[in-house]
Amino acid sequence: MLNYVTSYLNSNVTPGQAGNVFWAFVYIMVVFAGISLAVVAMNWLERKALAHMQVRLGPMRVGPHGLLQPIADAIKLLLKEDIIPDRADKAVFWAAPFMVVMAAFTTYIVVPFGPTHAITDMNIGILFMLGVSSLGVLGIVMAGWASNSNYPLMGALRSSAQMISYEVAMGMAVVSAVVMTSLNDKGVGTLSMIGIVQAQQQQGIWFAFKFFPLGFVALGIFAIAMVAETNRAPFDLPEAESELTAGFHTEYSGFRWSLFMLGEYAAMIAVSSVAVTLWLGGWLRPFPNALSGSGWDFVFSLFPGFTFLILAGFAFLGVIRMPKHPYFKAETLGLAGFAGALGLIGLILFIPPVRDRIEDIYWFIAKVAVFMYLYIWYRATFPRYRFDQLMKVGWKVLLPTAIGVLIFTAVLGVTIK
Amino acid sequence: MTADATKYLSHLELGERDETFLDSNELIINMGPQHPATHGVLRVILKLDGEKVLGTECVIGYLHRGVEKIAEHRTYTMFNPYVDRMDYVAAVSNGLGYCEAVEKLLNVQAPPRANYVRVILTELNRIASHQLWLGTHALDIGAMTPLFYTFRDREEILKIFEKYCGARLTTHAFRIGGCLYETYDGFERDVKKFVDFVTPKIDEYEELLTTNRIWVERTKGVGYISAKDCIALGVTGPVLRASGVKWDIRKAQPYANYSEFDFEIPTGQNGDTYDRYLVRLVEMRQSLRIISQAVERIPEGPIMAKVPKVIKPPVGEIYHSIEAPKGELGYFIVSDGSTQPYRIRVRPPSFVNLQALDLMVRGALVADVIAVIGTLDIVLGEVDR
Repeated sequence: MLNYVTSYLNSNVTPGQAGNVFWAFVYIMVVFAGISLAVVAMNWLERKALAHMQVRLGPMRVGPHGLLQPIADAIKLLLKEDIIPDRADKAVFWAAPFMVVMAAFTTYIVVPFGPTHAITDMNIGILFMLGVSSLGVLGIVMAGWASNSNYPLMGALRSSAQMISYEVAMGMAVVSAVVMTSLNDKGVGTLSMIGIVQAQQQQGIWFAFKFFPLGFVALGIFAIAMVAETNRAPFDLPEAESELTAGFHTEYSGFRWSLFMLGEYAAMIAVSSVAVTLWLGGWLRPFPNALSGSGWDFVFSLFPGFTFLILAGFAFLGVIRMPKHPYFKAETLGLAGFAGALGLIGLILFIPPVRDRIEDIYWFIAKVAVFMYLYIWYRATFPRYRFDQLMKVGWKVLLPTAIGVLIFTAVLGVTIK
Repeated sequence: MTADATKYLSHLELGERDETFLDSNELIINMGPQHPATHGVLRVILKLDGEKVLGTECVIGYLHRGVEKIAEHRTYTMFNPYVDRMDYVAAVSNGLGYCEAVEKLLNVQAPPRANYVRVILTELNRIASHQLWLGTHALDIGAMTPLFYTFRDREEILKIFEKYCGARLTTHAFRIGGCLYETYDGFERDVKKFVDFVTPKIDEYEELLTTNRIWVERTKGVGYISAKDCIALGVTGPVLRASGVKWDIRKAQPYANYSEFDFEIPTGQNGDTYDRYLVRLVEMRQSLRIISQAVERIPEGPIMAKVPKVIKPPVGEIYHSIEAPKGELGYFIVSDGSTQPYRIRVRPPSFVNLQALDLMVRGALVADVIAVIGTLDIVLGEVDR
């Protein structure tokens, strides 16, 4: 057993690559639990951040500052009656949410949280990712069709059309990033997610800044397409609340409905991870060129600890600002405990061996978090596109731009080398 | 549900059936009465070809309370609070229209001070109504945030109402012959403070929407209606003005003391949703102008004219209309000389404007139906009465 642990800690390939079934299994468990937890946290954060943008407070009742709200929601959803409409196609109706969740979670097999922190490293990683993540639309179409109702059907039709159109532009943008990986001595590129990050490391530049502004435009296209891909505002037509009541999941309730939400948020994190991997250097720390050297390495390695300490500081601020009334005693203590836990994690992250091992994961998650925040920001800012306008943006703006970027990247790659 | 809807459609003239791609069938969708974007309990039956709207049919009456019939069994004074419940978003305007109509019938003039208070409150209510419209309209089009901004600012107006008469929504602020309540201490200060507070807020709404690409794409050219069609259908209010007709009863047939104020009537040219949005925003600013003029000039004096305790108008009939936030709000009252009206007929702007829905959305997409319902600014309490 101990051998297993040490053998993993010393290896420099991913568990899947090493053929280590035990560690691969552990990783799958950890990633599954971690993503589920991230979805829960994202749920709370989205409601809070959105609320503060909209001059309101968001959840405040369950736990201090509504921290336990997602748990309360989960319990409520689990306890709700599970309704399958009488006229629905029961088997398909039953299977659809699982399809969505499965597609969203399977993509994490290739997401590299660090050079060795991935379930496996496939040599067709990005292809696998795109393929599996677009399976999610199948679940949505199944849900819309099986509900045997007009609104879900229209939502499903919109969803499938939207996903297919944006997949094209998305694929073109991805290819331009893949082309950039081949700009080495051998002239050989890679589709492996870890390989792509390593190529950015070798070339000493994140692909977002390569051939400026080409890489940046490609990232922009991907960032727009991925919002459409995950059916989020301003491209949330399939579940446009004001038009189609709830779109494809109108007939769903309780646990099945929450599975759709789980799938949606997991997919959001998944596509954000792809964007981070392809253009923003994955697990690499920022400014490796300008601020290089062991001194800067040390400074950057302190970031994870400080982040948690700052979060703990905010939580403590909340404790201080809590009303001094016996009614709030439990909440104040709870928040103090939460702050203490955050602070403790922060302190643990300063311990050198932990620090070194956690740094990659920290930078990866921090970059993904930026994208997640953008998702919330979009939702607060933009109105919703109409269906024909959505198609116009996809086919007439994003796709030509993506093809142009791809051609220029290829030409520049050949000429500059 | 589908069978029910077809029953309704069977006697409708919804035009020739279009040749559709791949011979797909037309889809009949029942939107409402429980639907997040039908502003209450409007039911619209949509005939769709995919996303394209081939025709619509409005089914109303889910909020019918028989207000006009109730009037026949109440005295003139007793009926006054009922009118607040029609367009509950602009209750003050409803009250003003009713009180003025009965005053006209009685041949009574409200004292000047009462008129000033009435104008201030009515214009405040116009802003509140437009704010609520803007928030919900933006929410229908998918922009969540303006709703909360407008509600935050509308709250200040409601606070003034509450301080003035104790109620926030259905205010029952006016009485036949003037106002019941004298203004509270600091009324003028509150109103001035509100004007200073809300002016930059309107800029804030504009910042979020006016130049927002998606907003412009979603509203420009959507729900077009020509001035001719507007007049033919009797559509009034901002919808009519956005089509280029400069018709506002405050100017055309001044009531209360609107002729004393300096303000402009904004008009649009294109008659689309975007123009209606701009017209309403300018209207809010113009209302602020009226309010600041009124609050400066508000005279001293009685707030109530001399009206008999028992209101018994002479035999006759009267039609009086005012410019409510949604359009021309008219009251037709027939008096038989008793204490109760023989008949009251209300001309509700929402009901008349709603008739333009079918014309405006034919050939458009489902999402446009929502945008058009929003832009017509209907309140179902007023449509159904």
